[in-house]
Amino acid sequence: MVLEELKKTFSTEILGSETRNEQRVTLYIDPAALVSMSEHLFKELGFRFIIASALHTRRGFEIYYHFSYDSTGMILNLHVILDHEKPAIESLSNMFESTNWIEREMHELFGIDFLNHPNLEQLLSEGNWATGEYPYRKKFKSKGEAQA
Amino acid sequence: MSKQTLIPIGPYHPLQEEPELFKLYCDGEIVKDVKWETGYNHRGIEKLAEQKSYEEVFFLVERICGICSTSHPFAFANSVEEIVGVEITNRAKYIRSIIGELERIHSHLLWVGLAGHFLGYNTVFMWAWKYREPVLDLFEMIAGNRNNYAMFKVGGVRRDIENQKIPAIQEMLDLVKKKTDLLVGAVMDDPVIHARTKGVGILTKQDILDFAAVGPTARASGVDVDVRRDDPYAAYPLVNWKVITAEAGDVFAKAQVRLLEMYESISIIEQCLAGLKKEKEGEVDVKVKHIPEGYGTGRAEAPRGEVFHFVVSDGSNSPARHKIRAPSYTNIATFKKSCVGQSISDATISLAAVDPCYCCTERLAVAIDRQSGNRIMNAKEIINHSASITNKLLQHE
Repeated sequence: MVLEELKKTFSTEILGSETRNEQRVTLYIDPAALVSMSEHLFKELGFRFIIASALHTRRGFEIYYHFSYDSTGMILNLHVILDHEKPAIESLSNMFESTNWIEREMHELFGIDFLNHPNLEQLLSEGNWATGEYPYRKKFKSKGEAQA
Repeated sequence: MSKQTLIPIGPYHPLQEEPELFKLYCDGEIVKDVKWETGYNHRGIEKLAEQKSYEEVFFLVERICGICSTSHPFAFANSVEEIVGVEITNRAKYIRSIIGELERIHSHLLWVGLAGHFLGYNTVFMWAWKYREPVLDLFEMIAGNRNNYAMFKVGGVRRDIENQKIPAIQEMLDLVKKKTDLLVGAVMDDPVIHARTKGVGILTKQDILDFAAVGPTARASGVDVDVRRDDPYAAYPLVNWKVITAEAGDVFAKAQVRLLEMYESISIIEQCLAGLKKEKEGEVDVKVKHIPEGYGTGRAEAPRGEVFHFVVSDGSNSPARHKIRAPSYTNIATFKKSCVGQSISDATISLAAVDPCYCCTERLAVAIDRQSGNRIMNAKEIINHSASITNKLLQHE
């Protein structure tokens, strides 16, 4: 019900979806639509932000934003893919406090930029870590290297 | 603007059992702002999990937290089982819930004790910790360990609770129930505790929603969330129980929610024990041979609130990515609301009221030069450095 309404409102921004069952849904979305979709989820539909998980894969930097709809127990994941070279996405922290820490953590561990974040300082290492070194990034071998 | 005084709590402070630095900016007795430094406990567990097999990750995540050591394996099992799509046996479900609820009882007793200690009411501290012992003894009887029980695995549990042990568990539960009555009477009716905790560290419903706080912290402010009911797992849909909430949002309401939850936990365990008798002994494990490619989200209601695990599998025998969110990660941030405007003496109990767990919040640190990016010391050098400091101190004497 909520999902159908959401798909209708953001029909162009949603690039694809995956429904495992009623409780677990993933929407693949355009990164530019993240703020407006999250705002709609939080303010209009009463979703609760759980956390965001970043991954470094061959496709680039992927982020899953996990939201919970507690009246049905649904977990809704909003999935975005960011560029390999300069990963950046608009921050959600101006809208609600709960994303403040996790965006700082993802910035520190993966080097993803969160635009307009109120305070994008290091969260965990407090200046004990080399700048420009991101411990959770992976080094992917190109096809030629793998064969060698 | 008046001059503000900085009062540090931590990183190593008798108030806290774990390292964390809170900076209270005070004007006279009143806290005007609070800032914190984290990272003293970061152990890189998420990265470490990518190098371990699924079996080993259970032992790893069990060591995230020393108090609620079963909540992380619980959520991890739920997420991996979601990838595999396996349904565990009813007996395994009952055993999982029994372990989860026993843990809630001992964790809440630990908090009640600590809260008493922070208020300067050490009788409550000693009572609560004394009555927590029988619960730990129960764990020893069931799992062989007082903590880090190693009960969970993909597809079920490692050990059965034999039916012959049920009367002994019931006997111990009766004792815990009696002692909980005593403790609830001592805390809920005590005028000193009322005076120190009512109207202190209030979090409104909107604060909870903004910070996405969970667990007893949210329920004490009238936000009715509990993963055990909302997104049922293990044996929780098979038994009758209710979610405890309060409206006031102060420290007293949080204590009230935790104390009354212990009765619900005892009732859940009793129903699960009755359920165990109906199931065939030994059927606690469904064999899972392969974890296919995919991703899964798993949740569990820990004593402090919702634990969330996100696991990505690439079809190999270790996770490609493992994200962990402990409840304290969102709950600690509420300090900004609960402490500001309070006097310094009330700030300590407001900090303690969310039952913060820093081990959970941060999950080896290597000292690296910021400019060059080189490692400053290796393990051997750190040991030698430590030994040289000790020698210097000895020479002074």
